[in-house]
Amino acid sequence: MLGPADWVIWSLATLFEAAVVVCSLRKKVFRRYFFLNLYMLSSVCASVGRFRILMHDGRSSLEYRYFYYYSEALLVICLYFGLISLYSRVFQELQVERYVRFGAVVLLAGTAWFSYTIVNQSSARMLTHFVYELSQNLYFIGLVLTYALWGVILKLRETRALLVQLVLSLGVYFSAYAASYAVSNLRPDLFSHMVYLFPVIGCLLPLAWAYAIWRVPEEARIEPARLAVASR
Amino acid sequence: MMASVIFVISAAALLQFFISYCRSLIAASSKQVLSAEVKDVTGIDRFASGDDFKRVMQLLQLCPERPEDRNSVQAIGAYFSLLNFLRSTVARIAPSMRAWTESERGQCAYFAAVALERRISFSRDMLAQQMDA
Repeated sequence: MLGPADWVIWSLATLFEAAVVVCSLRKKVFRRYFFLNLYMLSSVCASVGRFRILMHDGRSSLEYRYFYYYSEALLVICLYFGLISLYSRVFQELQVERYVRFGAVVLLAGTAWFSYTIVNQSSARMLTHFVYELSQNLYFIGLVLTYALWGVILKLRETRALLVQLVLSLGVYFSAYAASYAVSNLRPDLFSHMVYLFPVIGCLLPLAWAYAIWRVPEEARIEPARLAVASR
Repeated sequence: MMASVIFVISAAALLQFFISYCRSLIAASSKQVLSAEVKDVTGIDRFASGDDFKRVMQLLQLCPERPEDRNSVQAIGAYFSLLNFLRSTVARIAPSMRAWTESERGQCAYFAAVALERRISFSRDMLAQQMDA
């Protein structure tokens, strides 16, 4: 059964995810950031689905675990495409979108192949292992790609404030997730506490995106070099 | 071993992204000029000092919360705590770090003053709406 903390976290996360889509529609940037909104819409659907199964079958049921990991894999692929769409926006003026898309598909296929080779040894529930491994690897790839994108933004002196805030909040999200996964691998005894941390981290991204879309006008400009940690 | 490497890389990236994200929030407010009223209340004229932050945050708590800025105020609060930690540890050894943390703390206080200004005008609007109704 769900405890009060689970209820609060679940409600807030779903509310914030829906808020991103509503803010995008109100600010008329839904199509411009289509893949980010697609990710948020998918997250809302996944949250509702998880909740229904949780209430019906319980947290320890096989149905819930299967649904959780499969939906997680689909969501992280969606977010990966969201990240690639941010790359496309940054490289918009260089006319290299086709190469970005090609590179993204190759990287996704490479990650899937790498995950498959890792789980290939275990014959039992191979598909489930594959889905879990793929999600983990895509989170780390996401972190590396976001870091590279931040480097590109600094190098190309990208000044669109909204884009910069979307990328930075994605960076915080990916790195927090990757660090938490690493901690739970290093200290499995902490997993019972980490179970609460994952949904809390999950709330941060939609909250930061909703804030950025609502508060930062599309024409607002910022000097990214001033934001880098090394600068003063 | 692999998990340790991932943890170190992720933690370093998290710190860097978090600082840059907070600075992007602060940058948006640094260009805003404070009204005479807020200047009087906070004692901040053009530049704020890090020591003003706590006082401005207390004033901020007195105003009705705006849902839009809750996230950013909390993020800057966390950033200010991080800066205080750096100031009392690393900055004791590196003087340049001390100047940097002082400047950042002052900008956090200015951000809080801008948030206070927004909350005051939000409260006024709410009051006006109630009077009209």
